[in-house]
Amino acid sequence: MKARIKFRKYGVMKFIGHLDVMRFFQKAMRRADIPIAFTGGYSPHMIMSFAQPLGVGITSDGEYLDIELTEKITSEKAVARLNQVTVEGIDIVSFLEIPEDKKASGMTVTAAADYQVFLLKSMESSDDRLAIPEKWQAHIPAFLSEKQMIVWKKTKKSEKEVDILPMIYEMRAEADSIYMLLAAGSEQNLKPDLVMEAFLRYMKEEERPFHYHRLDIRTKTENGSFLPLSDMGKEIL
Amino acid sequence: MRKLALNDEILLKIEKPARYIGGEVNSVMKDPEKVDIRFAMCFPDVYEIGMSHLGIQILYDMFNRREDVWCERVYSPWIDLDKIMREMHIPLFALESQSPVKDFDFLGITIQYEMCYTNILQVLELSQIPLFSARRGEEDPIVIGGGPCAYNPEPLADFFDLFYIGEGETVYDQLLDAYKENKKNGGSRKNYLEKAAEIEGIYVPSFYDVTYKEDGTIASFSPNNSHAKEKIQKQVIMDVTHTYYPEAPVVPFIKVTQDRIVLEVQRGCIRGCRFCQAGMLYRPTRERDVRVLKQYAYQMLKNTGHEEISLGSLSSSDYSGLKELVTFLIEEFKGKGINISLPSLRIDAFSLDVMEKVQDVRKSSLTFAPEAGSQRMRNVINKGLTEDDIIYGAGQAFEGGWNKVKLYFMLGLPTETEEDMKAIAELSDKVARRYYEIPKENRNGKCQITASSSFFIPKPFTPFQWEPMFTNTEYIARAAIVKHAFQEQLNRKSLRYNWHDAEVTVLEGVFARGDRRISAALLKAYRLGCLYDSWSDYFDFDKWQEAFRSTGLSIEFYNLRARSLDEILPWDFIDSGVTKQFLIRELKRAKNAQVTQNCRRQCSGCGAAKWGGGVCFESKN
Repeated sequence: MKARIKFRKYGVMKFIGHLDVMRFFQKAMRRADIPIAFTGGYSPHMIMSFAQPLGVGITSDGEYLDIELTEKITSEKAVARLNQVTVEGIDIVSFLEIPEDKKASGMTVTAAADYQVFLLKSMESSDDRLAIPEKWQAHIPAFLSEKQMIVWKKTKKSEKEVDILPMIYEMRAEADSIYMLLAAGSEQNLKPDLVMEAFLRYMKEEERPFHYHRLDIRTKTENGSFLPLSDMGKEIL
Repeated sequence: MRKLALNDEILLKIEKPARYIGGEVNSVMKDPEKVDIRFAMCFPDVYEIGMSHLGIQILYDMFNRREDVWCERVYSPWIDLDKIMREMHIPLFALESQSPVKDFDFLGITIQYEMCYTNILQVLELSQIPLFSARRGEEDPIVIGGGPCAYNPEPLADFFDLFYIGEGETVYDQLLDAYKENKKNGGSRKNYLEKAAEIEGIYVPSFYDVTYKEDGTIASFSPNNSHAKEKIQKQVIMDVTHTYYPEAPVVPFIKVTQDRIVLEVQRGCIRGCRFCQAGMLYRPTRERDVRVLKQYAYQMLKNTGHEEISLGSLSSSDYSGLKELVTFLIEEFKGKGINISLPSLRIDAFSLDVMEKVQDVRKSSLTFAPEAGSQRMRNVINKGLTEDDIIYGAGQAFEGGWNKVKLYFMLGLPTETEEDMKAIAELSDKVARRYYEIPKENRNGKCQITASSSFFIPKPFTPFQWEPMFTNTEYIARAAIVKHAFQEQLNRKSLRYNWHDAEVTVLEGVFARGDRRISAALLKAYRLGCLYDSWSDYFDFDKWQEAFRSTGLSIEFYNLRARSLDEILPWDFIDSGVTKQFLIRELKRAKNAQVTQNCRRQCSGCGAAKWGGGVCFESKN
């Protein structure tokens, strides 16, 4: 049986990098006595995979990991047990059964992620926020209707020019933040800081301090809508 | 939500911010308004090293069981943050509350190795606490030192208010109660130090005067305060089973050096190797009940979620419950994906059988610590391991499929000759020869024998405490002799040899046996920028030499001189339990290459029996 865990990451935990969050969950599984399956061999490891890494400094309301279970455990029990052994800054939101099919894995189905971008007074604190300037609000539609928006995208292996506009599915100003829905996953992936960099450059404005908050990781349905990965799961009763 | 001492901008700029944010699983939070004493417990090295230390976890747990005490952790900020904190005048803070250490009642520093001494000054300075105890006022925390280096606290005497000599489980309650009492009565800092000085095992360096002879050796060492004792008694917890043990140790977010549960199976070692300070300091050997250890294993795995469990002791093979414990661990936890790691095991049929079960033979290597190449030299240091033992053990391992062996040696031992040095290479070659005795079709390619040597440093409270060391040049020359000898061996292609840094050795030697005067060189080196001296990337011997030169202190005086047996040694005021007569007897036996039996075979009357327990009384129960 496969299960998908959705969790929030906030507060001081934003300083804990992806690999350490993985380690955290490995240990949390043992503390919570979740019946998780292991691989074979001399050094067995837990069968666990994360949908999308989250960069250091970013908070999130919707992070996902899939695990394989050796026996059934109810969603209610699993969530309660995990929340009992977690730390301030990581909350378990749900624990749901997902299809066995490999194509259903979080990593495979991830197609987009949405973010809130907050403008800060300074990088010193992500809590001291400024309103989004009206001028920016006005510029967003124009920015999005440009023919293309080329940026330098650095990956581990290479650096290349890409047009980011096709990867921005939605972008709009809200009262206290900018909302954006961006391509995510193994095929194409766009980080929100790249968008803001390009947007400021487009407006001929200087660099500003931002805080990025991920709202959810989403999959694309047949009718083209983007649903949270947790929508693919069902409650274990 | 907890407010952090460092702002986001700093935390996102430095390496591994998780070192500084606290909030780990099992870290203890309390309401500062509801405790009487705030204790900052410091390991003066980077977080990953400090978090791997069992002693601090024991004390952290012990202190926090008291409702009136909140014990928090402090580590040395890494170089990047150190710089920022100095520039921005950010005071060093404790991880749990994130509040400045200078506001605490105590700053306890564990002193595990000499090369962390500049980091102690760093911690004090970043905490904005005056470096010299004499300059501290009523508002400053009481700075207390402990751990193995506190057995010769003299090089650090000026920087500490108190030293706790021995095992922490015994008199800390008294020390904390006395503090509360003194505070309640409106007593001064000095009043408290006087009360503390009356507690067994507590040494208040400012209550003693030292005078020196013209030749630089100590003329007298005596109390200048009526509350101070002539002799400080080392503290020992005799019942190691029914005492404190951290059943829910703090679980770091980032990977630390020892990322596992440690079961301390016993304290002390019966072997009596003459170079080994721990073997002398932690006498008598005391075992922990195997039933209790099994309980701890369950509890600690449950509370931490760690995936590895390890045994802690100086020589696990001598633990009488070893077989029972290891069998239990394998049966109980191996199937649950828990790794079992077994350090300090002697290689024999049992240990090989066990290791085959817990590790991948093809990937792992076996470690032997012959410590010296020749039998004569091994007899001098009382390492009761014969060449036959090593070759037989290695042979067994090779037959079992292993092909990697690590061998640990020491160079610069007392009475060492060129033959003894070359014997290191010869012994390594014999191990390789044993491997190639196995028919080609039965062995797993070539073998890989890695020999490493460190340079011997005489330590206080060992039979070699009077012995001279050598110069840097001489150490390197000795390593070169060994290196050449390796090149002459038949199986040289299967052998590898590397040696430990000689410059660090020289300094470690000075601080191991130094007196109060060398604190000047320590402070000078720190002012010149020395920090993290145990990290080879940061160790700067030129600066250290400059520090000694400019303070008029001589490395030679401390290292190259043979001390006479009647010299007053800086640490003589401590009663470690092991008598000077015993150490002298052992030194003489060493010079005659005479072996002394281990504590279980025959008592050698070291003095530790006065505690009335442990191995000294095993057969009498």
